[in-house]
Amino acid sequence: MKKYAALFKIRFINGLQYRAAAAAGLSTQFAWGFMEILAFSAFYRANPAAFPMEFSHLVSYIWIQQAFLALFAPWGSGGDAVEAIVSGNIAYDLTRPLDIYNRWFIETAANRVARAALRCTPVLFVAFILPPPLKMTLPPSLFQLSMFVLAVPLGLCVVTAYSVIDSISTFYTMSRYNAIFVIMADFFAGGYIPLPFFPEPVRKVVELTPFGAMQNMPLRIYSGDIAGPDAVKGVVLQIFWFAALLLAGKMLMRKSLKRVVSQGG
Amino acid sequence: MKLYLKFFAINLKSQMQYKATFLLNIFARVVMSFATVAGVWFMFMRFNEVEGFTLNQVLLCTAIIMMSFSLTEVFARGFDVFPRLLGNGQFDRFLVRPRNIIFQVLASQMEFARLGIFIQAAFVFIYAIPRSGVVWTRDKILTLFLMIICGSLVFFGLYLVYASFAFFTVEGLEFMNILIYGGREFGRYPFSIYGKGILKFLTYIVPLALFQYYPLLYLLDIKQNAFYMLLPPLSMLFLLPSYAFFRIGLRRYKSTGS
Repeated sequence: MKKYAALFKIRFINGLQYRAAAAAGLSTQFAWGFMEILAFSAFYRANPAAFPMEFSHLVSYIWIQQAFLALFAPWGSGGDAVEAIVSGNIAYDLTRPLDIYNRWFIETAANRVARAALRCTPVLFVAFILPPPLKMTLPPSLFQLSMFVLAVPLGLCVVTAYSVIDSISTFYTMSRYNAIFVIMADFFAGGYIPLPFFPEPVRKVVELTPFGAMQNMPLRIYSGDIAGPDAVKGVVLQIFWFAALLLAGKMLMRKSLKRVVSQGG
Repeated sequence: MKLYLKFFAINLKSQMQYKATFLLNIFARVVMSFATVAGVWFMFMRFNEVEGFTLNQVLLCTAIIMMSFSLTEVFARGFDVFPRLLGNGQFDRFLVRPRNIIFQVLASQMEFARLGIFIQAAFVFIYAIPRSGVVWTRDKILTLFLMIICGSLVFFGLYLVYASFAFFTVEGLEFMNILIYGGREFGRYPFSIYGKGILKFLTYIVPLALFQYYPLLYLLDIKQNAFYMLLPPLSMLFLLPSYAFFRIGLRRYKSTGS
């Protein structure tokens, strides 16, 4: 356990190095969130009755999404693992007394946490002091807040387990981008539009998949869009999918490592 | 021009060497832009219209912005990776050759896999053109082509600005993303839905609305004035300041020596 904690720490500190990049990225995140809200408010004006969540819930959804973008976005964190496979450096990693799956999982998670840690505070700060329609609100109750605090790390675990499976698939495809895998997760987890805006039958199915257990859950629990017993159910679903993806990933890893032949040199 | 075609052929051939990867990359782009279209489609299953535009009218708009963006992405790839050209010294090699510098950057890289978005846009056009309720006269077909061509030139101007910034700083280019990729993503709806302030900005400063929103009004017969037809060519004026900015950057440029 200690070695994994050390691994996490190394990655985390490493990730904190990119402060200038994070500062530059902030302006994009503000502008992006702002434009998203403007677009949704045009739809709200067109027909408030058809709006599937309260507008203030949506505003919180979008700002937390921007603040924690690096935490939950399914793209861009499996870089090292994929590089190791494509370049062949995976052979060194195999000689180390560390489980590769655990290592990749920890590294990916630490990367995400570090990048989100740099960006979330300024985004949230500004989101809270904006004038009313754009302003982010506090969660409706202490219960929702505590469920949110549970759902964030669980969402991170689900999306990390998912992207490690994505990295493992590189053993078979040898391609740096398994883009379809990533785009599917982004779309069905509510990265493009929140799940309540999906057509009813699609939403019902997607909410049960691992995608529904990713950013969808914490972002909607925060504002109370998923409230009370539903929030508890949601967190249980997240635990279930985390366990399932973790097992699937470990099995897949074992299977593909059996096929790996190190050519030497 | 002949030289450009030669480069074109070389780039195409080299990328076709790995056919499976090439096709997969194209397919990935198709899926990616499909997600954007599906997002629009889902929204309109719930809301029948936004700011007076129906789904098929908005899809027309989505396809226009996607198509013009993808043309720029394919042919101006050299400017997209411009910081890298500066970093690895390839740009210095361009400087000693007796050809126009912009020509060389354009000819050096073309990314045909990015045509995936173009293909998706073509599908959307096939779906939306007959359903959008536009009466297709010769003027309107011309307007549509102007929107796409001039749109890709405005995006090219943005790439030029992006590349020029790379002369001054290596970091902090990310804020250009909101104009380039944001332009593409938020351009899926007519720019008027974002309110007057944004529309003004996109009319007078970065003229994305000139080839997207105003001519769309002409296509849909909301505005009959032929002046709206001429707005896309007007948007090309944006190339002047972007080119000037690029020249300034170029004059200041000192090689890293690598």
